[in-house]
Amino acid sequence: MRMRVNPTRMELNRLKKRLNMAVRGHRLLKDKRDELMRQFIDLIKHNKELREEVERELQPALAKFLLARAVMSGESMEEAIMFPKTRFDLAVSRQNIMSVYAPKFSWEKAGGGQGEGDIYPYGFADTSAELDASIATLSQLMPKLLELAQVEKAADLLADEIEKTRRRVNALEHVLIPQLSETVRYITMKLEEAERSALTRLMKVKDIVRGKT
Amino acid sequence: MSMYKIAVIGDKDSILGFKALGVATFPVTTSERASQTLRKLVRERYGIIFITEQVAEPMADYLEELSTRLLPSVVLIPNNAGSLGLGMQSIKRNVEKAIGADILFGKEGR
Repeated sequence: MRMRVNPTRMELNRLKKRLNMAVRGHRLLKDKRDELMRQFIDLIKHNKELREEVERELQPALAKFLLARAVMSGESMEEAIMFPKTRFDLAVSRQNIMSVYAPKFSWEKAGGGQGEGDIYPYGFADTSAELDASIATLSQLMPKLLELAQVEKAADLLADEIEKTRRRVNALEHVLIPQLSETVRYITMKLEEAERSALTRLMKVKDIVRGKT
Repeated sequence: MSMYKIAVIGDKDSILGFKALGVATFPVTTSERASQTLRKLVRERYGIIFITEQVAEPMADYLEELSTRLLPSVVLIPNNAGSLGLGMQSIKRNVEKAIGADILFGKEGR
């Protein structure tokens, strides 16, 4: 499809400039897309591994917890974990992946000692061993869960950006650039045609003038 | 750099364990309640929201919408009965969206 423009020299110059720009933009966007893709593939592989790992480990921990709930009475269970000793503080900063901003999580465990037994907010006297085991696993799993949150978010955002970039590349490649180059060719032809017709007219006029004298 | 909170939404039996670690837990029984809770938490300062696949299933649209935002990061987790594979599906969807073809899960799919 050629654009509807006047076939003038000025228009030709303008279109040529646009075409140049479009070609340059296309090349840059294509590079961007390729690099995004490369990063995305690394990220998504990591994401998949991480999720498999988390799902594998989380489910038994939660199942153990269910067991603990079964052997303990509801009240003593509630009581045991009513006041957690530790707290997760989440600090969010931004990381820049190819000018896509993704959150980067870092966390601090506030409260509680650093020792092994310090995650339990209760005494061992009236709680079951399953509860201890479940909470220990969960606590170990927490860093992985947070990493999963970060990686998954980055993958979401990257996938979005890749889609957008790919659309732009395709639009340039298949629509704008062919359109521009076709129009440029059309104007060039038209101008040449006009030149030729002017030339023949001149020659004809010259012949007529010569014939009279 | 600022501080955010972490939340877990799901059925009580599955998520109570997180409470012992000091993560805010929001037990829900139905997915409507879960959806309401999630919408409420999104407006507050929560950086990460874990949600069990069982209650998250009917609100895939909303989760999709959230996935284009910087925060919060909503993560699907299995509950004590096991995984429904929704989390994996969302990874798969991302791959298809970005690359146009399935390169990670090709062996299992067909």
